[in-house]
Amino acid sequence: MSKRIDVKNLDIYYGAFHAVKNVSMTIEPRSVTAFIGPSGCGKSTVLRTLNRMHEVIPGAYTTGEVLMDDKNLYAKDTDPVDVRRQVGMVFQRPNPFPTMSIRENVLAGVTLNSKRLSKSAADELAEQSLRGANLWTEVKDRLDRPGSGLSGGQQQRLCIARAIAVQPEVILMDEPCSALDPISTLAIEDLINELKSDYTVVIVTHNMQQAARVSDRTGFFNLEATGMPGELVEMDDTQKIFSNPSKPATEDYISGRFG
Amino acid sequence: MSLDTAPTPPQERKQRKLSEIEGVELEVVRASSNRLSLLALGGAAVLLVLLVVLGLNPALALVAAFVVYLGVVFVAYRNTAGPRVARDHVFRGLVGAAFVLAVVPLLSLLWTVVSQGGPTLVDPAFLNQTMNGVTGLQDQATQRDGAPLIGGAYHAVIGTLVITGIAALISVPIGVFTAIFLVEYQPKGRVSQVIRFLVDVMTGIPSIVAGLFAFALWAVLFGIGTKNGFAGAVALSVLMISTVVRNSEEMLRIVPNELREASLALGVPKWRTIAKVVLPTAASGLASGVTLAIARVIGETAPLLVAVGYARGLNVDPSQGPMNTLAVYAYYMFTKPLSPGFREPSLDRAWAAALMLVLIVVVLNLSARVIAKAFAPKTGR
Repeated sequence: MSKRIDVKNLDIYYGAFHAVKNVSMTIEPRSVTAFIGPSGCGKSTVLRTLNRMHEVIPGAYTTGEVLMDDKNLYAKDTDPVDVRRQVGMVFQRPNPFPTMSIRENVLAGVTLNSKRLSKSAADELAEQSLRGANLWTEVKDRLDRPGSGLSGGQQQRLCIARAIAVQPEVILMDEPCSALDPISTLAIEDLINELKSDYTVVIVTHNMQQAARVSDRTGFFNLEATGMPGELVEMDDTQKIFSNPSKPATEDYISGRFG
Repeated sequence: MSLDTAPTPPQERKQRKLSEIEGVELEVVRASSNRLSLLALGGAAVLLVLLVVLGLNPALALVAAFVVYLGVVFVAYRNTAGPRVARDHVFRGLVGAAFVLAVVPLLSLLWTVVSQGGPTLVDPAFLNQTMNGVTGLQDQATQRDGAPLIGGAYHAVIGTLVITGIAALISVPIGVFTAIFLVEYQPKGRVSQVIRFLVDVMTGIPSIVAGLFAFALWAVLFGIGTKNGFAGAVALSVLMISTVVRNSEEMLRIVPNELREASLALGVPKWRTIAKVVLPTAASGLASGVTLAIARVIGETAPLLVAVGYARGLNVDPSQGPMNTLAVYAYYMFTKPLSPGFREPSLDRAWAAALMLVLIVVVLNLSARVIAKAFAPKTGR
């Protein structure tokens, strides 16, 4: 259950503002793809177009195509809700639902979407998802406690468990470790490595070591100047990007010579 | 001075210490104890007593003593601890005085209502009887001969609960749904701006206008002079909806956007996100907002007088004829005592009705707190 994504000539706008221009890329199934680049270059925006979450912002629209196994996510007859069921997302700050317990949080995507969920099915799904997020042993004795009582790193893994409970094809992560300490970051990175055997994972990160550690392929985004649209400079195997990039801008950025 | 505009070499731009720069003088702060202000407070109290004994108006004496206290504290701390601390103590005094000024009328009001209305409220006749058939003769007997009180506010309590309940049933859904539209569907649209403006205008509508509106509406719909509980409920709703919209809008707005995004990213449709994530997260705030709105209208007199009229007996059917409510009941007992020569029993009833209203509002507020606590987002382990 993991799919390949082809982005073709994608342009993203927020009202009159042209945020990202002409992005084309291929995201391979069962792999981790990292987006790196300076702040404001549009990498999070591109990530959010992959499950149509950027539409939540009023005035945002796109041109171009995003194909998931040759099905256009932006076709007229495609429902954004349906897209988001197949492409899950983990955000920068852990955001468990404050009114729900740990167990309810994990099952939220399922219970909010299905008419009926038997107790045994719910138990199985909760355990399986929490195990998938390496959180089961830490919370199995307090599943009925509120999710907000967990530490930041645990909360983030809870959010990952919540995302994989609906069994999407693709998981998007928008700087998932930027609010976490190094130990929790390590736990999440280990988890990302495990997730890629089942899912297509796309991660945005400001931490280049992290991109080098977890990803198979890396895309470097840049923008010519503030106010200009961001663009995909190059995309290649992570090893190649970090050892022998083909564009000078990429080399400047990864070697720290760039502002 | 040279006119050379070339950038200064780095060694000349080194930071100077604050003390080396002319024109900067830091205020002195020395250690000081609170004993001085206590001493000044004691002195001011003595002065107050002295002034009152000397025959000055007590209120004037209080103001004078307070001003003297502020002056003494300022001078004392200025000389021992420095001007900054002195200003701090003066403002502490002002803030404390403002607090006392705000609380004193409230406590005085509560005390007056409880002491005047308490004895009658606990009289079994007051909560069990209506005014049906009660005349000035009974009041005469009560005041002159010490006969037990006859005639109470049972019908008014029921009327208040029925009419306010219907008003809440009308305005809470309308208000909350309007707030949902304003926050979730059209945060910046033209329609929302118009709605917000109208809601703001509605907040300022005098209550009598709402009463006349309901009266006129009922005159058109059911014939001139039709007065019943529903008309009163509509009048109260007109007053309530704006408050509910405003409160609910604030509460929905403070629900973090991340929660909406988290839910949408799980593939949950928007309406379900609102129903299952946004509303439960805001529930405690919504509950207290609604309670405040109810508390605001439950004591309305004028619109109910116009739209519902005045009934001496029990009427539980809001679609049939006048009903009574506590505020209107109190108004009538004050202005039109049953027996002009023997006013005491009527005044007692009015005070008791006022106390009953206060009690209902207190109970409403307490229950709002309980509800808020039950719904509040859970924290901790």
